[in-house]
Amino acid sequence: MSPADTLRFATRAALGYPLRSALMVLAMSIGVAAVVMLTALGDGARRYVVEEFSALGANLLIVLPGRTETGGVNPGSFVSSTPRDLTNDDAAALLRLALVRRVAPLTVGNSEISVGGRLREVLVVGTSADYLDIRGFKVAGGQFLPREDFGRATAVAVIGETIRAELFGNQNAIGRMIRLGDRRLRVIGIMGPAGRGLGMNSDELVLVPVATAQAMFNTNALFRIMVETRDREALAPAQRQVEDLLRARRDGELDFTVITQDAVLGTFDRILGALTLGVAGIAAISLAVAGILVMNVMLVAVTQRTGEIGLLKALGASARAIRLAFLAEAGLLSLAGAVAGFALGHAGAWLIRLVFPALPAWPPDWAVATALGTALVTGLLFGVMPARRAAALDPVQALMKR
Amino acid sequence: MAQIELDGINRIFQLGDSQVHALRDVSLRIEAGEYVAVMGPSGSGKSTLLNLLGLLDRPNAGHYRLEGRDVTTLSADEQAAVRSARIGFVFQSFHLVPRLTAAENVALPLMLAGIPPHERSRRVEQALKDFGLETRAHHRPEELSGGQRQRVAIARATIMRPAMLLADEPTGNLDRATGQEVTALLEELNAGGMTLIVVTHDPTMGERARRRVLMEDGAIQHDLRRETQPA
Ligand SMILES: Nc1ncnc2c1ncn2[C@@H]1O[C@H](COP(=O)(O)OP(=O)(O)OP(=O)(O)O)[C@@H](O)[C@H]1O
Ligand SMILES: [Mg+2]
Repeated sequence: MSPADTLRFATRAALGYPLRSALMVLAMSIGVAAVVMLTALGDGARRYVVEEFSALGANLLIVLPGRTETGGVNPGSFVSSTPRDLTNDDAAALLRLALVRRVAPLTVGNSEISVGGRLREVLVVGTSADYLDIRGFKVAGGQFLPREDFGRATAVAVIGETIRAELFGNQNAIGRMIRLGDRRLRVIGIMGPAGRGLGMNSDELVLVPVATAQAMFNTNALFRIMVETRDREALAPAQRQVEDLLRARRDGELDFTVITQDAVLGTFDRILGALTLGVAGIAAISLAVAGILVMNVMLVAVTQRTGEIGLLKALGASARAIRLAFLAEAGLLSLAGAVAGFALGHAGAWLIRLVFPALPAWPPDWAVATALGTALVTGLLFGVMPARRAAALDPVQALMKR
Repeated sequence: MAQIELDGINRIFQLGDSQVHALRDVSLRIEAGEYVAVMGPSGSGKSTLLNLLGLLDRPNAGHYRLEGRDVTTLSADEQAAVRSARIGFVFQSFHLVPRLTAAENVALPLMLAGIPPHERSRRVEQALKDFGLETRAHHRPEELSGGQRQRVAIARATIMRPAMLLADEPTGNLDRATGQEVTALLEELNAGGMTLIVVTHDPTMGERARRRVLMEDGAIQHDLRRETQPA
């Protein structure tokens, strides 16, 4: 039997039992689609976070209080259990380092903002003038926080566009007074739109001088210090300088952590990559289930067509020809399932992108390749067994079974 | 050398603890071009004998020489090749593939033998014409009458121009008139030189054969030849 004839015969056989074939293709395509869609979701989340962090700018160091153990045991961690706070003086000292260009201390908290009768909850960020450039934000109107000593609690605020719209409508906001918590502040600027990143939307922020925020939240501590180095090459030496300086300022104790943006990115990349892999693994189970279904369906097909197999043998078909015919049938059905699943999965990913435009939900190539490969291999593998059984049947026995 | 030579053939079926001796020491010689009717009561081993002759089954003991070659020792695939080239089968229940058209059913042996498509369609077309089925070529078995189905089956059995045609109760599922039609068709093929071996319960059909093998309890009871040939 020529390959073309085998293929044609198998196609006719697959089409000859539409319900069985449709079920098999459906199972297979759901398996493949699950892998494609779920990995698209996982990888989309990973890319979303990566892009979010990339928006921060490349040569950034972030200083956080407390020691995050990354390697080895630090003797300091035994001496003092509660880490000392990062302060505005620390931030000011960092600004004097040669490799450092900008420093923005950061204090964050929730508060109530009100103008006239209008009131709402906002996220207050206490920081300094450099924050604008470090984050790549733009001011739409007025000006940003004044360049001044970190310790000065000037009574001014820069508000996000959404806040402005909610509180002032289409009136002019600049120069107006607002009440933030227990303080009265003058609005000096409006943030430009579309400043996003790190889970903060600049449209909904109120930015105030760091000392003002500290007074409001009654603390001296900083949530974070953001440090921008002169260039990308200076990142590693600057990290060392920052560490040395801060350690010197706290009696040689290393109770703070300096991370680079790359390290944060790498961590998220790893975590979300693992998540994608895990999700892919779960989806792979559905593929395996589909494979087992293919095997069962093919077994039933062989049993159902025992008479036909006997007839083909009586007409002179070799065991090989019968094996190939059934194998081709299983292969065709798996291929159809894989292709349908591929299309279905991409349609699903497209739908996800439609519903969540921020999420770049594209399935990674490796996932698509593995899904298609697994579908075809399981389909063929599970097709081989019944095919062998079919071919080994005794012609008389097969013929008499109807 | 006869075309078919059976020597001391035994076929025993194992059914749980009991054994069924379906064929006992059967020895038989059939020349090329003969017309043999195998008759006998139900369960006497007629079908078993025909299956052995058609290499669908293997004997437990004895030798089968087909055209001088011992075929009992051949491998399954070698036997398949012999079936493909030398043996045609017609079954009581037609055994057509339901999803294939008449033409496709007839083409099956050619396809299995690897005959290229253009020659295949030429031969199938000719065969369908010979058997009066040209208008039914693209009908599926369920759209055909019993007689037409059996004609398709005969066309399929003979499309490879086998040396012998084996028919197990070919008229068993047909009414009398259609049965006679099919019988005439088989006899015509025999007149063309093909060995014809028919298992039948129908005495009139048996009468028409030049040789009648009467079986009983797995053994050949009588082997009757008629000297005069029917016109
Ligand atoms: N596969 C089998 N397993 C067990 N016993 C079998 C098998 N095939 C046939 N037999 C037995 O062998 C004997 C001969 O059967 P066979 O089919 O050859 O009879 P037959 O002459 O063709 O009968 P009928 O006229 O009813 O078709 C019977 O007793 C039958 O039960
Ligand atoms: Mg019988």
